Amino acid sequence: MTLLMLATLLCGAGMIGAALVALLTRQTATAVLAAGLLSLFASVLFVLLAAPDVAMTEAAIGSGLTTFLFFYVLGRIRREDKK
Amino acid sequence: MIRNALIGLMLFILGSAFLTLTMGFEPATELNRTAAYYATHAQEEVGAQNVVTAVLITWRGLDTLGEVTVLFLTAAIVSLVLSRSKAPKGASGSGFLPSGELLTTGTKMLLPLIALLGAYVMANGHLTPGGGFQGGAILASGALLMLLADPSRRFGHKIIHRVESASGLAFVGLGLLGMLFAGGFLDNKLLPLGQFGALFSAGIIPIVSVLIGLKVGAEFASILESLEETEDA
Repeated sequence: MTLLMLATLLCGAGMIGAALVALLTRQTATAVLAAGLLSLFASVLFVLLAAPDVAMTEAAIGSGLTTFLFFYVLGRIRREDKK
Repeated sequence: MIRNALIGLMLFILGSAFLTLTMGFEPATELNRTAAYYATHAQEEVGAQNVVTAVLITWRGLDTLGEVTVLFLTAAIVSLVLSRSKAPKGASGSGFLPSGELLTTGTKMLLPLIALLGAYVMANGHLTPGGGFQGGAILASGALLMLLADPSRRFGHKIIHRVESASGLAFVGLGLLGMLFAGGFLDNKLLPLGQFGALFSAGIIPIVSVLIGLKVGAEFASILESLEETEDA
């Protein structure tokens, strides 16, 4: 029980840390990666809370699809700047 | 100054609201009536190991249909809005920066694995965590990875739309067949329950799960595709 509590607390702290990094950093790529990390911590937290289905959704949408999408759009913006 | 004070005030209000919620939280010692019914009847009534999928597809199948419809509407609206700035044929994607050796090679290696994982998650929705929605999202992220690695490549417009319409129609059709031959819309007893824990068991759940996965994957992919095909401003 205490180990579970510790892991939960660590995940929560990691989420807050990743969120702060995403908010405060100046580089967009770092912010996107930090947001993905936040989702990853959240999905670990869902596993710890015995909700593996929600964790899978969070991992697939939050940290997979959204991060990819952000990088795709970033690439497009960079291409338009080059023109 | 005032702005910061207002933000601080908002944070304080939110924090105190959550604090009172957390303080008043007492973990439930037993399941409530609905949850207890689901937990005890999942095996004999639905035959699914994963109770969550049993709830999502059988007992709350109509809600899942609504969810998929919302996603379909989103995809349709995105494509409607973006079609106004659609690039002329062959013009989009041509000016992309090269994506780099690492990404191209990595995509070639990862894409089959991602597709396999998506198919696994979809087909085993009734046995392991996950199901149609998750599998579809995994498939769509594979499609997006493909788009990232080679932006000039177009995936088939028609195929995606056909897959989407066919799986949607089949989903609703299965539901209607359930009304005709079994207990009601999307009733699970349309097919025999089979052996508990086998891949082909739990009635129509595996089929519906695969259909939902294909539909969700196609919807996400079509959103990405319309993003890809817009002209640069």
